[in-house]
Amino acid sequence: MTEADRSPMMLDPELLRDTLSVAMATGGDFAEVFIEDRRSTSAVLDDGRIEELSSGRDSGAGIRVVVGETTGFAHTADLSPAGLRSAAKTASAAARSGGGAVSEIALNDQSGPASAVVELFPSDVSKAEKVALLQRADAAARSADRAISQVSARYGDSQRRIQIANSEGLLTGDRQIRTFFSVSCVATGDIGLQTGRESVGRTMGFELFDQIDVDDVSRRAAGRAITKLEAVPAPSGEMPVVVGPGGGGVLFHEACGHGLEADLVAKSASVFAGRRGEMVATPSVSLVDDGTMAGEWGCFAVDDEGRPAQRNVLIADGVLTDYMWDRLRAQKEGRVGSGNGRRQSFRHLPMVRMTNTYLEGGVDDPEEIVAGTDHGVYVAQLGGGQVNTATGDFVFGMTEAYLIEGGRLTAPIREGNLIGNGPAALLAIDAIAGDFAMGSPGTCGKDGQGVPVGDGTPTLRVARLTVGGTAA
Amino acid sequence: MALRRCVWLDSLLAERLPEVADPHDVEADLLEIAERVVAMATPGEQIEAVVVHERETEVRAYEGEIESLTSAESRGIGVRVVRNGCQGFAYAGTLDADALIEVLGEARDNVEFATPDEYCAVAQPDGVPVAELDLYRAALVDHPTDAKVAMALELERLTRSAHPLISGVESAEYGDSVSASAVATTTGIRSVSRETSCFLSAYALAEQGGETQTGFGFSLGRQPEDLDVAHAAAEAAERSTRMLGAIKPTSGRIAVVLDPWVSAQFLSIVAGTLSGEAVQKGRSLFADRMGDEVASPLLTLIEDPTDPAATSATATDGEGLATRRNVLISGGRLERFVHNSETARRAGTASTGSAVRGYSSTPGVGVRAASVVGGDRTPVELINGIDDGVFVLGVSGLHSGVNPVSGDFSTGAEGLRIRGGELAEPIREFTIASTIQKMLADLTDIGSDVQWLPMRAAGVTLVIAELTVSGV
Repeated sequence: MTEADRSPMMLDPELLRDTLSVAMATGGDFAEVFIEDRRSTSAVLDDGRIEELSSGRDSGAGIRVVVGETTGFAHTADLSPAGLRSAAKTASAAARSGGGAVSEIALNDQSGPASAVVELFPSDVSKAEKVALLQRADAAARSADRAISQVSARYGDSQRRIQIANSEGLLTGDRQIRTFFSVSCVATGDIGLQTGRESVGRTMGFELFDQIDVDDVSRRAAGRAITKLEAVPAPSGEMPVVVGPGGGGVLFHEACGHGLEADLVAKSASVFAGRRGEMVATPSVSLVDDGTMAGEWGCFAVDDEGRPAQRNVLIADGVLTDYMWDRLRAQKEGRVGSGNGRRQSFRHLPMVRMTNTYLEGGVDDPEEIVAGTDHGVYVAQLGGGQVNTATGDFVFGMTEAYLIEGGRLTAPIREGNLIGNGPAALLAIDAIAGDFAMGSPGTCGKDGQGVPVGDGTPTLRVARLTVGGTAA
Repeated sequence: MALRRCVWLDSLLAERLPEVADPHDVEADLLEIAERVVAMATPGEQIEAVVVHERETEVRAYEGEIESLTSAESRGIGVRVVRNGCQGFAYAGTLDADALIEVLGEARDNVEFATPDEYCAVAQPDGVPVAELDLYRAALVDHPTDAKVAMALELERLTRSAHPLISGVESAEYGDSVSASAVATTTGIRSVSRETSCFLSAYALAEQGGETQTGFGFSLGRQPEDLDVAHAAAEAAERSTRMLGAIKPTSGRIAVVLDPWVSAQFLSIVAGTLSGEAVQKGRSLFADRMGDEVASPLLTLIEDPTDPAATSATATDGEGLATRRNVLISGGRLERFVHNSETARRAGTASTGSAVRGYSSTPGVGVRAASVVGGDRTPVELINGIDDGVFVLGVSGLHSGVNPVSGDFSTGAEGLRIRGGELAEPIREFTIASTIQKMLADLTDIGSDVQWLPMRAAGVTLVIAELTVSGV
């Protein structure tokens, strides 16, 4: 791969300017050209075999034109001048406006450094070296315990380049390199099968593997599956829930993160609509969404509308300070965006999305939080979650959890979901420790689009959530 | 989650597809491209090429205006190369001549890193005749954009006015898709398919006394005239308003009736456990249960993608073989696992035509269109027979709350209480939990209302003798 293959400035600014002119030819309030090129590699080991190595390449342009309340959008994989011109015409046709004046667009290059310094580009690493990581992981998991009956491991890397130009003169771009590794194990015991999984992902190159040891990743995945062979049915009903460090991000992502996205707020489809300035959580809660956290899974230099990533305080000492914004919603409110306009690919329109969402550390002692809990559950690893932002009801899964009895962790419990209501859960947080950690890499799904997100929390306790087990 | 999108113009899109003379005959061009790649095979090498093309339109209405009009036109190719029992794979989101060469080269390169496997090969023609399914409607392709826009606006208007307690319509959407694909292999497989589909969906907000509830309604078809706008609007209004005043139920074990929308999601998961790949890799809870009673004798589960009424109907699978009718569970007894050609060879049996994939992945194994044989009582009659129970209308967190390997499940739920054989108060913020194994055994009644939904399994009203409800 050459230097040119790594630069975000993929197309000539003149071509972008001409495309914008075509998009605005019949008038319009705003036009934007989004160019993307993504190259990815994935390798899968399963059942002891390297099953496949897969390479993918996807590139194209998404063009939108906004006229009044209507957004016109078209995309093309054809990045030639003719292809861009055609897509621009399609997008502008949606506007159906009566010929407004076209002003000359002067593009002003505002691109800065790419989102992260990459020490070792994955494309410079041999495929053999990537495959070898999988074989090491397989061996480590299988040697962890004789009960491990199956192992699958996945390696993935991607280089995503984006270039954005709009009718306001913006010209910018970014290069995002992400590297991912995961291991899933099955353990076979007397009463059936159990699973354990661990994943790591960072916005960086192959130097990820200088920071993490795939053997450790494997042993953690295997350990979870083994532990669960002894698991008892999860309890059923309301009780205190302690979430371990790094684990609780999903809770906040679902309990209030989505509800603080300005597009949902604007449609009154969020229980947090109209509540800025109000106390929405216990005073010890300060929640931040931060796209600038170098190396984290949800970081970038500019968002998919070209706004630089920034750190946004959503809840400060329990008070709702602000929502997250994309360009469209920010403009309607007469303010600037917050660097939260993201999209899955050039085939999608941007919308308000989280980046790295985390709860700031508190003052409590993690051991004392558990010791002060008479009967409840301790969740060491959370699975995914889901929320209905209009009602605030949310669920999240627990993939590694334990009973708390008499202030001590006792038996591991089987998998299941917890359910709560966002506004109620935020007010029920009664302890936050100082042992902050980031969680596993996640993919956040909204309206059919998936984007990489990160999250983090210290140990915390929610005084009351409903644990959805089967035990009385 | 839900929101925005945007534009389309039939004529302009056609302009971007100069090589496609007739918009009704794309698949012939796709097959030619696939054959061109396959013809480049060298001695001792197997090649499989999958080529797809899809056009989608999506129109979103909000508060009486078109919020967005989207045009999506995607093409892609996936190439699998097998040599000496090793496979390599690559894909690209374009069909440019240069890309085809690059993809084939990458796939060949990737072969070098796979572990040899005697069962790894592309499919052989198996002589099973391809069903004549009529899944394509020229009427959709020729339908004017204005009429689609009008339908989205009408849906929004009808949903808003369907009930006095409807406070807003978060999204009202018309969407359609025209897709075609082709598969060619060096072993002589030549397969093409094309289909059209369209849908309406509305997401309503109902409000009373400061409380908001949500509900969706939809209508599916192969051409716009199949769609029932009034039905979709009325369903969204009913689902949202009937949840108003919902309370959290008390915890306990209780009889549960699953609405078809919910049962289809569970049956999709059950069908997924019958994948030959999951069985061979020790990841199916039914791996060693062939011929056993795994469910109530009431349950007969049949997979049949050749049923044209199924939304997921298809005459050919991801390897180009004919799909066929497979009886999976008969009278509660496990009869069959589903296979693609590779898992079939490994099991010493024939493919069941169950290879599933997109152009960006190698063939997996899965059930496409499963349905249970219905009973003879209506949902109302079934509810009348239950003295004390819960009618579940929606579930959330299935992806985090169901472990298809261990069988444990626990999902968020909402619905209505059943008291004395009648539907009673609405309930929310609770979970239902059991294991897949126990739920299938506890199945006590099946309704007569089998219906195809946009999922891998059809829905039907199901009565489960006992699930654990976790609430207060």
